Amino acid sequence: MSKDKTLGETLRERGVSRRSFLKFCATTASMMALPPAMIPVIAATLEKVRRPSVIWLSFQECTGCTESITRSHSATIEDLIFDTISLDYHHTLQAAAGSAAEHAREEAMQENHGNYILVVDGSIPGDNNGYSTIAGISNKDMLMDVAAGAAAIVAVGSCAAFGGIPKADPNPTGAVSVSDLVKDKPIVNVPGCPPIPAVITGVLVQFLTFGLPELDQLGRPAAFYGQSIHDRCYRRPFYDKGLFANSFDDEGAKKGWCLFKLGCKGPTTYNACAVTKWNDGTSFPIEAGHPCLGCSEPDFWDAGSFYKALSVPTEAIGKTAVYAGAAGLIAGAALGASLRARKQSAVKNHERVTIDDLDQES
Amino acid sequence: MTDTEFLLWVRGPAFNIATFILCAGVVIRFLEIVLLGRKTDLAEARGSAAAGGFRTMLMRTVPDAGSFQRSGFTLISGYIFHIGLFIVILLFVPHILVFETATGLSWPGLPSNVIDAVNVVTMIALLAVLVHRIKDPVMRMLSGFADYLVWFVTFLPLLTGYLAFHRVGLSASMLIGLHILSVELLMILFPFTKLSHAFTLWLARWYNGAIAGYKGVQS
Amino acid sequence: MTADGMPATDFAASSPCAPPTGNLIPLLHEIRHALTRWLEQREEHVIDLRSIPLAPGEEDRLLEQLGAGEVQARLSVLGPSDIIETRYPGVWLTTHYNEDENIIGRFIEVCEVPGILKSQLEDSRAGLGRLENDLSNAETTA
Repeated sequence: MSKDKTLGETLRERGVSRRSFLKFCATTASMMALPPAMIPVIAATLEKVRRPSVIWLSFQECTGCTESITRSHSATIEDLIFDTISLDYHHTLQAAAGSAAEHAREEAMQENHGNYILVVDGSIPGDNNGYSTIAGISNKDMLMDVAAGAAAIVAVGSCAAFGGIPKADPNPTGAVSVSDLVKDKPIVNVPGCPPIPAVITGVLVQFLTFGLPELDQLGRPAAFYGQSIHDRCYRRPFYDKGLFANSFDDEGAKKGWCLFKLGCKGPTTYNACAVTKWNDGTSFPIEAGHPCLGCSEPDFWDAGSFYKALSVPTEAIGKTAVYAGAAGLIAGAALGASLRARKQSAVKNHERVTIDDLDQES
Repeated sequence: MTDTEFLLWVRGPAFNIATFILCAGVVIRFLEIVLLGRKTDLAEARGSAAAGGFRTMLMRTVPDAGSFQRSGFTLISGYIFHIGLFIVILLFVPHILVFETATGLSWPGLPSNVIDAVNVVTMIALLAVLVHRIKDPVMRMLSGFADYLVWFVTFLPLLTGYLAFHRVGLSASMLIGLHILSVELLMILFPFTKLSHAFTLWLARWYNGAIAGYKGVQS
Repeated sequence: MTADGMPATDFAASSPCAPPTGNLIPLLHEIRHALTRWLEQREEHVIDLRSIPLAPGEEDRLLEQLGAGEVQARLSVLGPSDIIETRYPGVWLTTHYNEDENIIGRFIEVCEVPGILKSQLEDSRAGLGRLENDLSNAETTA
């Protein structure tokens, strides 16, 4: 895996024409929502990039993120693997297995120490390191070992970014995120369950072209996670007009009205779904009639039911009100009785009402 | 605590506690007043106490001409912010959902941008009321800590609601969480401050009307 | 109107609330300004159609308006790409498809000819190498 050649040189070696490269840069700029004027900049930069080695570690994950990235059409995974990056280690996609695979990883780490990109999907068990191991090495040990020589880390998917579904109540493995463990390397979180394919590849290409992107307070690239679903939702006019679906398949739902009442987490969720959409811009959950789950936010599995509106209390306050009323009756009766007794004794003793009594607040 | 955890806490245990304090508090205060009772009027009844009570409960909503002359500003700004509060609290669909969760009752709401406009008008009216309270020498003399606290606790949900609706400054979860927290503050203080006028006013009007009706005079 | 010929149900267009965003005329003005600048100063301009939130049907109306002129080129570069000169010479429409014929990019370019259509120096150098190879093979076998 010689990394001495630039990306441009490698492409030419493989018979990929410069025209193809220009097309790739143009479509990538469009996908990253960069102005067309940036296309020559991307072309010039990527041309000179020395193919970085990428090591992809998969921990407690469902492989959905890998499935997602292999659905990315704008930069096909083959393009990414062979041309833009050197994917030196990936469980699902690599041909090697067993000790040969681990050896490939160690070699890549040594050769590129300090310069390789570490991509992680899946969360890491915190309680007992034996819950998830690869080739006998615990996830945590492998992460810390590989992270030590990485230039930067990309945590793909909500599991790696925030803990994800393994972390959901009762969190039997004590799952934690990458940023819970690694403190001394730049980490880019690309959450989503899974993240939109174009977003995963967009972040990787953006990182290669321009370095670390601008991150929000949760470490997510602002370019893709800067807007909430609510602010870009095409059903927003219905929210504004107060037209809501009351249940799945009712009149409002059929007319495509806002899904707030059905539990949509769009207002508190930051992702590119409403703009970039899924399946090459075909649709996204809300457009298909299902409220947003908020899957790119931390702890979304435990954030109150998927089907309870954001404004609604999560506990049974109707029952609480009744109990409180009953408690109030008892307490109030007792208090009232004692006040009444005090009043009667005051009357009996001909106590005067003073200005201080009248001044009392309550 | 992350923003999500905060929002979950205010929607969960905090709301439960606030509801408990509100409901228990209102019942306790109501019983306190009713059980203290009134001195029995030993004179002969000249009219109906009940009729006077009911009539006053309704008719006091309409101010008389003298009130307008004496405190027109307070009356008008007061009506504006009270009506505004009712509209914003009871006719905004996300709020109606809260009432539906608690009571099972639901009713149609107004368009959200109408609510937003009413919210702004209500906040302006409340600010005007505060300025008047500070500048008018009589009001200033009469006002104590509790009065300013009550104003603040009423204004805060409107302000946080506006910020949450327009998503200004902080994350959406944090803004919505702060809004719900400010409402919980209002709920907790409601039975134990002058905010309780919301239900004591009916008792007060009843008593005044009943006493006058018994005596056979206009209340 | 998807590339594989399946009719796309235009939900938004049939919904009573699809807001017409009126992008057609301003876009045409932008093209007009760009064409003017190109004629006066040879300054090129590119518009990324995917960066503009177009209401359903607006892109079709725009393409209808631009029409087709004298040049149509089909490229085979990591999947097909179509480049046509519209009926306003100097205004080109480039559409990039991936290997599955899904649209992955669409640009309007105001220029003499889109850069991607021209032969690239690096590709020509590589081609020259192949030609020299083929010639030397042909000469040895001849």
